[in-house]
Amino acid sequence: MQQPSPVPDSAAPLVDVVDLSVRFVSKDATVHAVNGVSFQLTAGEVLCILGESGSGKSVTMRALLRLLPETARISGQVRVDGRDVIAMAGNELARLRGGVASMIFQEPMTALDPVFTVGQQIAETIVRHEGTSWAEAEKRGLELLELVQIPSAKRRLASYPHELSGGLRQRAMIAMALSCRPRLLLADEPTTALDATVQIQILLLLRRLQEDLGMGVIFVTHDLGVAGEIADRVAVMYAGRFIETGPVVDLMEGPLHPYTQGLLGSTVHGGMRGQRLTAIPGSPPSLSELPTGCAFAPRCPQAMDVCQTSEPTERKPRPDRTARCVLVEESIQAA
Amino acid sequence: MSDTPRTRVQGTQGRSVLLDVRGLRKHFPIRGGILNRVIGTVQAVDNVSFAVREGETLGIVGESGCGKSTTARLLMHLIEPDDGTITFDGRVVDKRDRAALRDMRRVLQMVFQDSYSSLNPRLPIEETIAFAPWVHGIPKREARDRAHRLLGAVGLEPATFARRYPHELSGGQRQRVNIARALALEPRVVVLDEPVSALDKSVEAQVLNLLVDLKDAFRLTYVFISHDLNVVQYVSDRVLVMYLGKVVEVGPVDQIYANPRHPYTRALLASRPSMNPRQRTTEAPLTGDPPNPINPPSGCRFRTRCAFAEGVCSTAEPRLAASDAVGGGLDAHMVACHMLAPDSGHSKTVLASNTA
Ligand SMILES: Nc1ncnc2c1ncn2[C@@H]1O[C@H](COP(=O)(O)OP(=O)(O)OP(=O)(O)O)[C@@H](O)[C@H]1O
Ligand SMILES: Nc1ncnc2c1ncn2[C@@H]1O[C@H](COP(=O)(O)OP(=O)(O)O)[C@@H](O)[C@H]1O
Ligand code: SF4
Ligand code: SF4
Ligand SMILES: [Mg+2]
Ligand SMILES: [Mg+2]
Repeated sequence: MQQPSPVPDSAAPLVDVVDLSVRFVSKDATVHAVNGVSFQLTAGEVLCILGESGSGKSVTMRALLRLLPETARISGQVRVDGRDVIAMAGNELARLRGGVASMIFQEPMTALDPVFTVGQQIAETIVRHEGTSWAEAEKRGLELLELVQIPSAKRRLASYPHELSGGLRQRAMIAMALSCRPRLLLADEPTTALDATVQIQILLLLRRLQEDLGMGVIFVTHDLGVAGEIADRVAVMYAGRFIETGPVVDLMEGPLHPYTQGLLGSTVHGGMRGQRLTAIPGSPPSLSELPTGCAFAPRCPQAMDVCQTSEPTERKPRPDRTARCVLVEESIQAA
Repeated sequence: MSDTPRTRVQGTQGRSVLLDVRGLRKHFPIRGGILNRVIGTVQAVDNVSFAVREGETLGIVGESGCGKSTTARLLMHLIEPDDGTITFDGRVVDKRDRAALRDMRRVLQMVFQDSYSSLNPRLPIEETIAFAPWVHGIPKREARDRAHRLLGAVGLEPATFARRYPHELSGGQRQRVNIARALALEPRVVVLDEPVSALDKSVEAQVLNLLVDLKDAFRLTYVFISHDLNVVQYVSDRVLVMYLGKVVEVGPVDQIYANPRHPYTRALLASRPSMNPRQRTTEAPLTGDPPNPINPPSGCRFRTRCAFAEGVCSTAEPRLAASDAVGGGLDAHMVACHMLAPDSGHSKTVLASNTA
């Protein structure tokens, strides 16, 4: 049985985000999609962003590569591999995307071009980013398909994306994302649309690739079980904020924030038959009219007066854990 | 967990069969090419039989495309089977028997996954719920009162929600409306096709609690379809596992989850994320994707992914048969695999006699 790897603490961060906010401004409304997110990712670490639909997971991740539409207003600081992403010009951004950092999606066809074969697309990426010869790039393409365990890889290089089954297409997209040996892989629910027996194959593949290639990975999911299989560290997102972070084992065994506790109680798993689920009442707030105070207060069984008036600051009960809830005590600094 | 088995499970054992399905078949022709000729057949549902007792929940699980929704649509007579019979409360439902069909359309109701597209966007939800009772001859006023009572029963305060339109509701609230609408004709059976799959976890739990409550309050029988094995385990009394249009295993929920016998069921259960980060999954139970449902493999349809496949698996189709000494009857644990049929010619049939 395998356990999450310990997080190296001395290395310089691969990703450094300070007070990131993203708003979408239009005539009718302002959507506060991300509201002050700060975190660091070390090289070789897997961070899962866990949250329900609309909580801001995808927008947070896209902001790291500035893959957001014109209407997005980004503030805060984002550094990837030491470089300031917010200040980057267009050509620098293009080099970043698919170079140092690349991204995979739930729907592989967002990343694959239907009119070119898998082999052509991979080779093209390699030639563009690294200026190798076409022959050299094609050779790497074959190695990549073998790396992601596509059977009869040679033959598959000549396949068009639509000729592949769901699982193979997902593998082809991963191969493409790895083509320039990224140090950072951003994965946005890459297994959500897959059947159970295929999902576990892709999760195990990603975990192995991450270890072998030493990549840092940010993995977005709404599924606690998926996070349990792949994360070193988990950040729980609610209404555009990281409301709790911590190592995966600690967080799943001892959640601190009432929302995380509710999420664990709501997640059906074996052995819950006959028990009433401890559902969280209500539904997440609209991001165009965020409540003042704690965004979870309208649904929180433990809410108090103070929760309605001011947004709880981030507490650090232990060096490796954070929570935004007034019930969580700040640790007393040991002498 | 050492929770005592729910009384519900035992309570249904003596009850009569409400829905009896025999040899159901639905094949869809696939057309293609410039002449639009039939180039293949999707055997969406192929010789499927099962029974549902009054008051129980039958769970149906399987991966995408295995025929779950097609089975549901056949049960509802939204599509006609190529072959097979559906008996409801002792009466064979035949499309030529208009009266039987009309009765059945009332007492059998369905809830779909997509909460949005199954509601009329231009009607306030109280009217959506009251519509069917009104069509069935209930005075408008009374139908609206019933709609309000049902809104209350599904946890939507009528004073706040009755006049709202679907787009003014969250996904979880819309699914509650769909459930209220399904209950408006006082059905006996509700077929739920992935009723919580589109919902967030925190809302999924609310709707599951609600479905359990309503079942008791209105003495309902459920056919609960889902690809989520954990949810099916939570709600079901008995479980039916499908693969490429076939039933591969069926039995009481505890049997299926504690002692799965079909290699596919075992793999499916083992594919669930572990929920314990200290004990992660180290090996994927199956390789590859489910095969194309057009022209599926001969013999056992699972043989292309089965670690135990042998010659006999490609030449003969395994029959669904009782897997243990408990024998037949509704609570039998039935499996369709040559390894569990003593005289099949499969070299590993010992598996069966060992544990029986
Ligand atoms: N009208 C149709 N014409 C052609 N093929 C169809 C039709 N309806 C269903 N099918 C095919 O029949 C098979 C079974 O479909 P069905 O919708 O029952 O699957 P399912 O088990 O509900 O899957 P999911 O989990 O994706 O909802 C699939 O291969 C599907 O593509
Ligand atoms: N291009 C956009 N324009 C306006 N609002 C957007 C846009 N993209 C995302 N949003 C909104 O931002 C919020 C967070 O979205 P997202 O990050 O996609 O959520 P998720 O956690 O499901 O990935 C949602 O309210 C969403 O509707
Ligand atoms: S701050 Fe208050 S409302 Fe928010 S989670 Fe904590 S107790 Fe609940
Ligand atoms: S019949 Fe053969 S191929 Fe099918 S499940 Fe049994 S052993 Fe595997
Ligand atoms: Mg998203
Ligand atoms: Mg379906």
